[in-house]
Amino acid sequence: MAVGEVMRMEVPAGGDLTVTSPELHVLAVDDSIVDRKVIERLLRISSCKVTTVESGARALQYLGLDGDKGVSNLKDLKVNLIVTDYSMPGLTGYDLLKKIKESSAFREIPVVIMSSENILPRIEQCLKEGAEDFLLKPVKLADVKRIKQLILSNEAEECKNLSHSNKRKLEEEDIDSSSSSSHDDSSVKDIPSSKRIKSESENRSSLL
Amino acid sequence: MNTVIAQLQRRFQDYIVSLYQQGFLDNQFSELRKLQDASSPDFVSEVVSLFFDDCAKLINNMSRSLERPENVDFKQVDSGVHQLKGSSSSVGAMRVKNVCISFKECCDVQNREGCLRCLQQVDYESKMLKTKLQDLFNVSFKALQNPTCSAARATNTPSWRYNSSGGYKLD
Repeated sequence: MAVGEVMRMEVPAGGDLTVTSPELHVLAVDDSIVDRKVIERLLRISSCKVTTVESGARALQYLGLDGDKGVSNLKDLKVNLIVTDYSMPGLTGYDLLKKIKESSAFREIPVVIMSSENILPRIEQCLKEGAEDFLLKPVKLADVKRIKQLILSNEAEECKNLSHSNKRKLEEEDIDSSSSSSHDDSSVKDIPSSKRIKSESENRSSLL
Repeated sequence: MNTVIAQLQRRFQDYIVSLYQQGFLDNQFSELRKLQDASSPDFVSEVVSLFFDDCAKLINNMSRSLERPENVDFKQVDSGVHQLKGSSSSVGAMRVKNVCISFKECCDVQNREGCLRCLQQVDYESKMLKTKLQDLFNVSFKALQNPTCSAARATNTPSWRYNSSGGYKLD
């Protein structure tokens, strides 16, 4: 696994998709400098590439969602996961989650919320809005490892779906393989809602 | 050569165990130690440094907010307490974190006197912890810097895990 490589899919002509170097690029959002340092280390030690920002506004800026229509460099900064604190001044983690899920370019990116407060209605609200998971602070290595596993298994499933649709496309016409990883590919749907509901109830039972 | 290292390591272990025993540190501190390795050998002292800087800044801000009895900005104080509680929890600074719990209660009922007492306590506890940890890092520094033992430099000193029922086990 090469350091710094983002997720890449190699598609030999007419063949199956192989996923190489599954190193996730994580965008971590937290207004606390201490927590940013800790989460960054937790992620790095779990072999993730990490970008930390101090606010929701900065996160949107980084993603290019702050009003600028510049989504052209999507590939360069492909983010595989967003981990955000809930209570932040200005845009809360929940506000950030909503903005990401409302964006066609980024709604596929899994978002994990962190909070020091174990408030069930808050947790439910975040999961309902599409958060992948909810972590109670202080965050531990085991939490990060678990999240990484979850994300990787979701991405593997997505690759499988892509592989099937690619096979169909390659059979129909010669198509540039790089276009299959675009976010506007209509054949790549959201993670099936049954899976999301399942993971929601699993999370809930693990929190109780 | 090895006995010197062993002795220093032993001192390190005993010292850190006593900090857990006295409630200065909780399990989160040992979680942080897991994140330290040859590629990031100063991680714990770096985080802890950031914490103390952050602490001082927050205490200063809260002190100013509490200064004039007729014009206390409890929202500001509450925000400061929340941040302090969060960061102390993230580094395992248990005593500081516990004071923050009482501190928040005083804020909620707008008890300025209570807040001032808590502020003083938080200041005391953070300074106390800082002294303790400086001693700890001194011991570990000596243990790891011994030139005759490169193994000591490369590896983490074995870590003790303090569990909430009061027992210790070697990781």
